[in-house]
Amino acid sequence: MLANLTALLSTTLRMATPLILAALGGMFSERSGVINIALEGIMLIGAFTAMAGSYFFSPWIGVLAAVIVGMIIAAAHALVSISFRADQIVSGTAINIFAAGITGFLLRLIFGDAGQSPSVQDVGTWKIPFIKDIPVIGGVFGEQIPFVYIALIMVGVSYWILFKTPFGLRIRSVGEHPAAADSVGINVIGMRYIAVIMSGFFAGLAGASLSVGLLDLFVKNMSSGRGFIALAAMIFGRWTPQGAMLAALLFGFADALQMLAQTIGLTFVPRQFLLMAPYILTILALTGVIGRSTPPAADGDPYIKEEV
Amino acid sequence: MASGNNLAVEMKGITKRFPGVIANDRVDFELEKGEIHALLGENGAGKTTLMNCLYGFLNADEGEIFINNKKVEVTDPNVAINHGIGMVHQHFMLVPPFTVTENIVLGKEPTENNMIDYKTANQNVRDISKQYGLNVEPTAKVQDISVGMQQRVEILKALYRGADILILDEPTAVLTPQEVEELVKIMESLTDEGKSIIFITHKLKEVQSIADRVTVIRSGKLIDTVKTDTVTTNELANMMVGREVILEVEKEEANPGEVVLEVEDLYAKNDRDLMALNGTSFSVKRGEILGIAGVDGNGQTELTEVLTGLRKKEKGTIKFKGREITKPQTKRLFEEGISHIPEDRQKRGLIMEFKLYENLILGRHDRKPYASGLNLNNKKIKEEARRLIKEYDIRTPSETVQAKSLSGGNQQKLIIAREFDRKPDLLIAAQPTRGIDVGAIEYIHNSLIGQRDNNKAILLISLELDEILSLSDRVAVIYEGKIVDILDIEDATEEKLGLMMAGAESEEVKGGGQVG
Repeated sequence: MLANLTALLSTTLRMATPLILAALGGMFSERSGVINIALEGIMLIGAFTAMAGSYFFSPWIGVLAAVIVGMIIAAAHALVSISFRADQIVSGTAINIFAAGITGFLLRLIFGDAGQSPSVQDVGTWKIPFIKDIPVIGGVFGEQIPFVYIALIMVGVSYWILFKTPFGLRIRSVGEHPAAADSVGINVIGMRYIAVIMSGFFAGLAGASLSVGLLDLFVKNMSSGRGFIALAAMIFGRWTPQGAMLAALLFGFADALQMLAQTIGLTFVPRQFLLMAPYILTILALTGVIGRSTPPAADGDPYIKEEV
Repeated sequence: MASGNNLAVEMKGITKRFPGVIANDRVDFELEKGEIHALLGENGAGKTTLMNCLYGFLNADEGEIFINNKKVEVTDPNVAINHGIGMVHQHFMLVPPFTVTENIVLGKEPTENNMIDYKTANQNVRDISKQYGLNVEPTAKVQDISVGMQQRVEILKALYRGADILILDEPTAVLTPQEVEELVKIMESLTDEGKSIIFITHKLKEVQSIADRVTVIRSGKLIDTVKTDTVTTNELANMMVGREVILEVEKEEANPGEVVLEVEDLYAKNDRDLMALNGTSFSVKRGEILGIAGVDGNGQTELTEVLTGLRKKEKGTIKFKGREITKPQTKRLFEEGISHIPEDRQKRGLIMEFKLYENLILGRHDRKPYASGLNLNNKKIKEEARRLIKEYDIRTPSETVQAKSLSGGNQQKLIIAREFDRKPDLLIAAQPTRGIDVGAIEYIHNSLIGQRDNNKAILLISLELDEILSLSDRVAVIYEGKIVDILDIEDATEEKLGLMMAGAESEEVKGGGQVG
């Protein structure tokens, strides 16, 4: 029983990790006023890049490459949606379709396989001294893939950036009332670029956590909607790092529960229902049944300066 | 060069073009140190554009700007701020979910270890607010404070950045007469401290009572700069509009008939789910104009929307022509004889991308003669459109241009043409002259009076107290969703209404009035 509980919580944490990272990315972007549904695609490309980096060099070089590529693709989204003021949903969708295509193509081109890459070296796990010896807690937090710890630290760092630093205040001002920010000399366009590129950093990292963290290979379309679930977690968490983390943990828990139910042969609830839970929770969150979520006021609106 | 040793600002030959219009055409402007200088012009004359060029929000296409006798390229607001210019915009540039302090220090935050030092920030805000007598609550969220306090936050924002030159864009538009007096005191104490103030307005009375000098702009061109004590209000009006203006609306005594609209104990919520109407009661008779006066955000919008079926009422009764309307539905109400001039013509009044003839039949598009079966009868529609354009003096090249190509005044006339042509029994006019030129204002005022004399009931909801006073036969003051009192026009003085708009009971007001 205790072993099951430990396994359940440990899996929850692992399944939540990519969601936490991507949700933090989405949060920075949306807090600055740019909707980034390209998280899904950037994660996918990040996962592929990390796997390829690990295949040719080492897993950590793969992670670094995933983050850089993530930022480059996010920069493209920024260019299209901030400078060219194109529809942000269309731009994001285009990136998602592109991501599915390019990763599938490169998978076949480089590895000659349409379904999945060969197994590569993953980043392994980190053991935390002392903590790993505590019962239950040690089982959950004592030895995990590095991404788990990175994600938890990033939640704290993001909170600090967003709510404690001038930079964070400015990001939020740009997403709430860009003209007000502009009127006190804040570079609205520049801030939004930085925020969207930060979202690429996080989504790239989230992607890497899939292919060289949770698994040790790339599978076609392996992000499988996690980018969107991350957005749901961000909304559910009311655009705050801690809220997004809790929401991601909840979604991760549903996932872990479903896995556990399968391994120990629990069948009284069909696993499909457990898999549905995150989506249903998201819809309820969006419709305001579970606490109302108000997005940043200027979320999704391109900023046009010379408006009379 | 020798001319300007006491000038805070000098703008020479400023030209600013937008696609299709020249907003500023070689405009010169001078601000002396320590003066309050009014910038007067009609809506759309180019006052705000000129000041946005000075503040760096916009970049002038031509011309030079000198600040304290030094030539400055004001490429963005940072440059202006660094040269001691601060601007208080008409639509406040405040972030609603941020605190007062956060709004004031934004962009220039005091820090400690890379973090915002909120303790110092709050103290700084308290210090300057004390120094200039601008009372604010540093830790309150802007979305929770009054409009008057929001304005003080805006002024503090500029002072925090060390502004010596303040630009106030239409600062009185959202204030009660008493709040205006308070603002004037603040402005005077600021000039006493050596600050210089530019004060953008289209209200003549204010120019005379507040400013030392006035610069008049018309259609983007400089008309003149004069001392305010050397001109009369009428002369200023002529300079501003370019022709004789009749400031008073001429009208006969009203001849009210039976009650058309009766509202009793009406409750409704606003978009934030808070109660905006708290037991509103009043009635409107045929042949009269009932004006609803009040400061913005006291339930006017919600009242208009409930009466036109655009918002759900929580409780209360609405009787129209003697019959109770239990479930107000927009289409039904309009068919039964309510017309509506919405407060936001671009959002609710017109479909900006639609052509004039299409806009003119909205709401009647499914009926004869405009529709036959499934088809629109475009020939007939255009014919009718041409008739209305002529009858209502809408200035347009043809009926086939898009509504967005018209000026604000002509867009408003377009709505009036459509709504009057329905021959309603009740006309709900919300802010019918907001942001339009004097010519169109005169036209609209006269047509409202005309409708009244034609035995229609008119409910006029306006934030412009002057408009309420010159058109209404009775004035109802709304405060926090309740009618404070209804006065006959003879009893309604600006002072009384002002006090009531701030929530004072009418008995107190009357008592005070008798003493005075």
